[in-house]
Amino acid sequence: MNWLTLNWPQVIELTRDHLLLSAPAIVLSVLLAVPIGRLAHRRPRLGGAVLGAAGLLYAIPALPLLIIIPVLFGIPLRSPATMIIALTVYGLALLVRTAADAFGSVDPRVREAAVAVGHSPLGVFWRVDLPLAVPVLLAGVRVVAVSTVSLVTIGALIGVPSLGTLLTDGFQRGIPAEVATGVIATMALALLFDALLIAAGRALTPWTAKRRERLLPRAETT
Amino acid sequence: MNLFLDALAWLADPAHWTGPGGVPTRVLQHLAITFAAVTAAAVLAFPAGVLIGHTRKGAGLVGAIAGAARAIPTLGLLTLLGLALGIGLGAPLLALIVLAVPSVLAGAYAGVQNVDPEVTGAARAIGMSPRQVVFQVEIPLAAPVIIGGLRAAVLQVVATATLAAYTADFGLGRYLFSGLKSRDYAEMLAGALLVAALALLLELLLAAAQRIAAQRITAPAEDTAEDTADLPEIPREKERV
Amino acid sequence: MRFGSLYRLTVTVLPMSGEVAVIEFESVSKTYPGHAAAVAEFSLVVPSHRSVVLVGSSGSGKSTLLRTVNRMVEPTSGRVLIDGEDVRERDPVALRRSIGYVLQHGGLLPHRSVLDNIATVPVLNGIAKREARTAASELLERVGLDPKLGRRYPGQLSGGQQQRVGVARALAADPEILLMDEPFGAVDPIMRRDLQEELLRLQAELHKTILFVTHDVDEAFLLGDEVVVLREGGVIAQRGTPAEILGAPADDFVRDFVGADRAERELSIMDIDGRAVAVDGSGRPVGVLAP
Repeated sequence: MNWLTLNWPQVIELTRDHLLLSAPAIVLSVLLAVPIGRLAHRRPRLGGAVLGAAGLLYAIPALPLLIIIPVLFGIPLRSPATMIIALTVYGLALLVRTAADAFGSVDPRVREAAVAVGHSPLGVFWRVDLPLAVPVLLAGVRVVAVSTVSLVTIGALIGVPSLGTLLTDGFQRGIPAEVATGVIATMALALLFDALLIAAGRALTPWTAKRRERLLPRAETT
Repeated sequence: MNLFLDALAWLADPAHWTGPGGVPTRVLQHLAITFAAVTAAAVLAFPAGVLIGHTRKGAGLVGAIAGAARAIPTLGLLTLLGLALGIGLGAPLLALIVLAVPSVLAGAYAGVQNVDPEVTGAARAIGMSPRQVVFQVEIPLAAPVIIGGLRAAVLQVVATATLAAYTADFGLGRYLFSGLKSRDYAEMLAGALLVAALALLLELLLAAAQRIAAQRITAPAEDTAEDTADLPEIPREKERV
Repeated sequence: MRFGSLYRLTVTVLPMSGEVAVIEFESVSKTYPGHAAAVAEFSLVVPSHRSVVLVGSSGSGKSTLLRTVNRMVEPTSGRVLIDGEDVRERDPVALRRSIGYVLQHGGLLPHRSVLDNIATVPVLNGIAKREARTAASELLERVGLDPKLGRRYPGQLSGGQQQRVGVARALAADPEILLMDEPFGAVDPIMRRDLQEELLRLQAELHKTILFVTHDVDEAFLLGDEVVVLREGGVIAQRGTPAEILGAPADDFVRDFVGADRAERELSIMDIDGRAVAVDGSGRPVGVLAP
C-alpha cells in the first residue's frame, strides 16, 4: 500500500496509456471482423479459407508477433502503433470466427421473411442481420476485450509503457507491491471493460432479456 | 524486408546451431518445459474434469477457475511467482502449469458432459458399473474434445514458454530477450520466427490428431471436414503471449 | 362451418378501389438444378378480390408458385402478371412492400417489438414511426389481440398470437394482395380454427385478393372462394369451388386427396321426428338441415 500512496500518479498515467493501447485495438478488431465474418458466412468456401487463416494467425504467439510486425509494416519496434496493430491482428483472428458464427446464428427464415416483406439487401443487413448477430458477437467481443487488456502488458517487454511496466519494473527492482498493483489494476481494467460491454449488450438487445419473462395468458377475442 | 534477410542469415549461420545456446538445444528446452507443464496440468486437472463431467456437479467451479485464470495477466503471474521463487525455472514452470490447467479441465469436463445421455444410459442398462461407463464409454467418446483441451493447453504453454527466458536462461525466448537487450534485431526476429514456426507446427499436428480422434467415433462415410464442426469448442479465452 | 363454405353463394365482389389486383400465372415453370421440375407450365388467373387456395401435398410446388408472385422465386420460364404487368418489370423491393405476406412461422423479426413488427412496411415506405405505430395498434385490435401486447417482443407471444401479428403486419400497408404460405400450419388445431374464422371475418370486411397455400383440404374448403388441387410438380388436378370439387372430383387422385370417399364426407339424411338430420357414413349425426 505504501508503494501505491507514493506512486499513484504514475499508476494513473500508465492506466491511461493502457487504455489508449487497448481500446483502439478492440474497436478496430470489431470493425474489421464484422465485414470479414459476414463475408465468410455468405461465401462458405472462401470463408473456410479465411477462418483457417485466422486460426493459424491466432496460433502465433504474441511476443514474436510484436517483433515481426514492425518489420512487416516498417514502423519502429517501441511504438504504440506496433502494439495496436499486433493487438488488432490478434483480436481479429479471434473475432472473425465469432462474427461468422454470429451471422450464422440468425434464423434464415427470419432473414427470408425480412426480404419477403420488402427490406432491401442493405436494409436486411442493418436492420435484421446485424442486430440479431449482436448477442453472439458480443460474447466474442467480451473475450477479445479481456484478452486484449491482458495482452497489453506484454508491451512492457519491448518497452511500450502500460500497466505492464509495473510488472517488469517491479520484478527488476524486487518490489512485490508494484507487481501486485500492476496485476490488480490490469484485472480491474479488464473487469471494467467487461462490465461496460455487458451493459451495452443489455441496451442493444432488449428482446433477449424480456424473452425470459413469463408469457401472459393469451388474449383471444373471437 | 531487409531485416528478414538478416534474420534468415542469422538462422543460416552454423555457429547458431551448436552448443548450449544453439537452436536445437533451445528448441528441445522449449519443448521440454511445454511437455512438463502440460503433463503436470493434465495429471492435476484431467481426473477432476472427468469427475465433474460425469457427475455433472461442480460446473460452477470450472467456470470460476476459467474466469479467474482468464483475467490475470500472464506476465503478472510470472513476475509475481518470479519474485516469490527467485530467478530460475521454478517460477515459469509453475506459471505454465497454472495456465494449462483451465484448458485441460474444460476439455475433460465439456467432453464427458457432452456425451449423449442416451448412450451412457444404455451402457448402464446393459450392466456396466459406473467405473466401466467412465472408462469404456465416456472417455473414449469424449476423446476429440479432451484432445481439443490439450491442444489449447499446449498452444497456450508453448507461447508462454517464451517468457520463461525472462526469469531463466531457458528456451527459445532467450533469443528474443538477448536480442532486445543488445538491440540485435536479426537475432530477435530469428527467435520470433522460430517460436512462431514451432507454435504453428504444434497447432497443425494437434488439429490433425483431433480430427483423427473425431473420425474414429463418427460414421466413416461422413464428410470428415464437418466432423469437428459439431464438437463443443474449448474456449480460447486466455491471452496468449 | 364446412357446410357454410359448401353452400356459400359466390357473389362477385366489386373492387373496393380503382385497383383490381388480378394475379395471372402464364405457363410458369421452375426447375432447380439437379432436381425434377418443381413446377411445370402452370397457368392460373386469381381473380380480383377473391380468395384462391392452392392445396397439395409436399412436392406439389405450391409454395414455389406463391413465391413467384413477390419474386422470392424467379420462374425458369413463363410469366407472373399483376394487373397485366409482368412482375419482373417491377423493382423486387417495391413489389414486396406492395404485397402482404404471411408465413408459416410468422416470420416476425425477433428483435423488434410487436408494434414495430406490424409497422415494418409503412416505416420502410417512409411513414413517420409514431404514426405507423398508432396504426399498428389499431391493427392489433382488428386481428383480435389486446393492444397492450404491442410493446412485447414476438418471443413473448404464443404461436397463435404470433400468427395474428403476422396477419396484422401483412395488412399494415393496406395491400390489395395477400400471399399466405401455410400461415396456420404450425399452430394447434383449436387455435388454427380461431385463426381461420378470424381470416374469414377480415376478408368479409377487406375484400383482398388472397392467394393461400395449404396442405390441409379442410382449410382449403373453408377459406377458398376457389380451390386449386395440385399434384406433384405443380400440375393442376382440378380447380373449382369447394362444392364443385367435393361434389364432382375430376379423378381418383382428387377424390382420394379431398377424401370424398371418407365416411365423414358421405352424408345422408335421416328423418327423425319430422326433422331432416344429416348423418355421415358411420351413422354419426353431424347436423340438422334448416327447414
